[in-house]
Amino acid sequence: MSQDVWNFIFIGITFGIYIGIALWAKAGSTKEYYTAGGGVSALANGMATGADWMSAATFISMAGIVAASGYDASRFLMGWTGGFVLLTTLMVPYLRKFGKATVPDFVGDRFYSKTARLVAVFCAIFICMTYIMGQMRGVGIVFSRLFNIEIATGVIIGASIVFFYAGLGGMKGITYTQVAQYCVMVFAYTIPVIFISLALTGNVIPQMGLIGDFTKGGGEAVPLLQKMNDLSVELGVTKYTDGSLSTTDMFCITAALMAGTAGLPHVIVRFFTVKSVKAVRKSACWTLFFIAIIYLTAPALGLFARTNLVDEINNKTYTEAPSWFKNWENQGMIAWVDKNNDGIIQYGKGKAFNGKPVMEAETRGDHGQRLVKNELTTDLNEVYYDRDIIVLANPEMAGLPKWLIALVMAGCVAAALSTAAGLLLVLSTSISHDLMKKIVNPNITDKQEMAYARMASFGALVIASYFGINPPSSFVAKTVAFAFGLAASSFFPTLLMGIFSKRVNKEGAVTGMICGITFTFAYIVYFQFIADHTNYLFGISPEGIGFVGMFINFIVTFVISAFTPAPPQEVQDMVEHIRIPSGAGEATH
Amino acid sequence: MSDNKDSAAEHYKGSLKIVGSILIIWAFISFGCAILFRTWMDANMPKIGNAPFGFWMAQQGSIIGFVLLLLAYTFLMNKLDEKHGFGEDS
Repeated sequence: MSQDVWNFIFIGITFGIYIGIALWAKAGSTKEYYTAGGGVSALANGMATGADWMSAATFISMAGIVAASGYDASRFLMGWTGGFVLLTTLMVPYLRKFGKATVPDFVGDRFYSKTARLVAVFCAIFICMTYIMGQMRGVGIVFSRLFNIEIATGVIIGASIVFFYAGLGGMKGITYTQVAQYCVMVFAYTIPVIFISLALTGNVIPQMGLIGDFTKGGGEAVPLLQKMNDLSVELGVTKYTDGSLSTTDMFCITAALMAGTAGLPHVIVRFFTVKSVKAVRKSACWTLFFIAIIYLTAPALGLFARTNLVDEINNKTYTEAPSWFKNWENQGMIAWVDKNNDGIIQYGKGKAFNGKPVMEAETRGDHGQRLVKNELTTDLNEVYYDRDIIVLANPEMAGLPKWLIALVMAGCVAAALSTAAGLLLVLSTSISHDLMKKIVNPNITDKQEMAYARMASFGALVIASYFGINPPSSFVAKTVAFAFGLAASSFFPTLLMGIFSKRVNKEGAVTGMICGITFTFAYIVYFQFIADHTNYLFGISPEGIGFVGMFINFIVTFVISAFTPAPPQEVQDMVEHIRIPSGAGEATH
Repeated sequence: MSDNKDSAAEHYKGSLKIVGSILIIWAFISFGCAILFRTWMDANMPKIGNAPFGFWMAQQGSIIGFVLLLLAYTFLMNKLDEKHGFGEDS
């Protein structure tokens, strides 16, 4: 059977499962729509949160980042898992006890003000919107590669599927589809790596392979990391186990990603679906466990893929290059420019050429390679590869069977759809519940509220799809810095102070949120889009600036609160109430 | 009523201690071992397999540590809840 047939079968089966679950779990009330009725088991919620959390970017790009930057990539590995420790110990048990359905709900009640709620709604919409655009783009790219269709068509197919089960099924539909999606993802991610680990190191467990010996080809066993470091020195690039980022920058980025994780509304609301505070804790353990399976595999995959890549192509003539090299070259994801005209592929320091490759359509080079129109650099490196292929081309590099490649494709789609669905829910509830019901017109009925939620999710998808099809230049690629930085500088400090301080009042919280998010937003926009230099403040890159924004929020909030009246007694009582874990009841609205 | 209030205050104090301890370890294994003291760790700590200690902590050890920390947190908090009579929910 050809690869296309396998892809169709796998994607078809998984879509069938998702739609089947959506029909079975159609939400009948706003309670089911917002929090799945509050009766999801800790284990199921853990899996669903894992799927919600791991986006297309994590699934496709993370191993590629590890492969390309070695130690430096640890900031993502630690940032996106360590954040769950903050989330679990400082946030979700208290917010679950509070018992409302959305994050702006807590902000609005705790800071007894419509302004605070409005600012929170705005932050939530902004964070989720930037994030969801990247997901729609991801779905589009995978579909277009799978079925040779336009990216636009791929985005529209993806959007329709998401609307079908997220827009109609609400949280209930999303939760149970995400459980299925997690299962698809975890198999798609780990199985190929196990095979590669066996081939390279003889170890069944990839994590052992990472710290094990390279034994491929029956030669003398050498430590794999040592081999990679030696190769790096030979090629003139930074050693794999050394970093090139400054300690300050590494620290700030990791901290911003952690705080951002603990402040992302689509992750927080997932914990409103379980029964009690005790179940929240248990569910958080499961969540991190399920996430850790993939995050512990990524570093192994990254190292294996980098070794394979260097080993199989460096100093080989183009004619003897492996077939996956030529396949992905045909897709425009790999390019080779023969700078010294020797017919041999040299991989080394620097870039082969500037920017993404722009390929000549018909003419081929002397050795049959595709030619690029890009301006070449003077660096010795002759190879360009898109880091996304580390996961996508991985099964081919290892010579794995076709059905496994199809499984990886289905995993990519699952990753993108599950995250998009979770974000869509927060977007639609922020609009229907916090904006329409709580601010504009408190008299609407349950049915009307749900109709607003469905309309809002349709509207949000249309906008997200539009930007998925026409990404505003480099915007989508930078969404990670945006979403995490903004969450770290707005929701995280505000929620934290709302829970652990009784003295922080509405004046402080509102000013703090606005100052934190404005500073972070301005800094990111300035260095990503306006400035053409990188003289960062204290050497902190835009990725890590959310950490500074967080402190600005803290300081502003405390100072303003100290000079303005304390919150009313009932709010202080409420804070005491949420600190007691028992009697959480069902999440209401 | 005052009994209940006292026990709530005690419970809150106890929970802050647990959260504090968990977060100190959390910061040490991630920011400490893997970032700030990593060069020292690489040079002076035993290798994990073939990986230098700091590097291994950054890519594997800290993540495993986070999972264990959450298990410890859940265990300690559940115990604290029961001690103060807040453990009736399942």
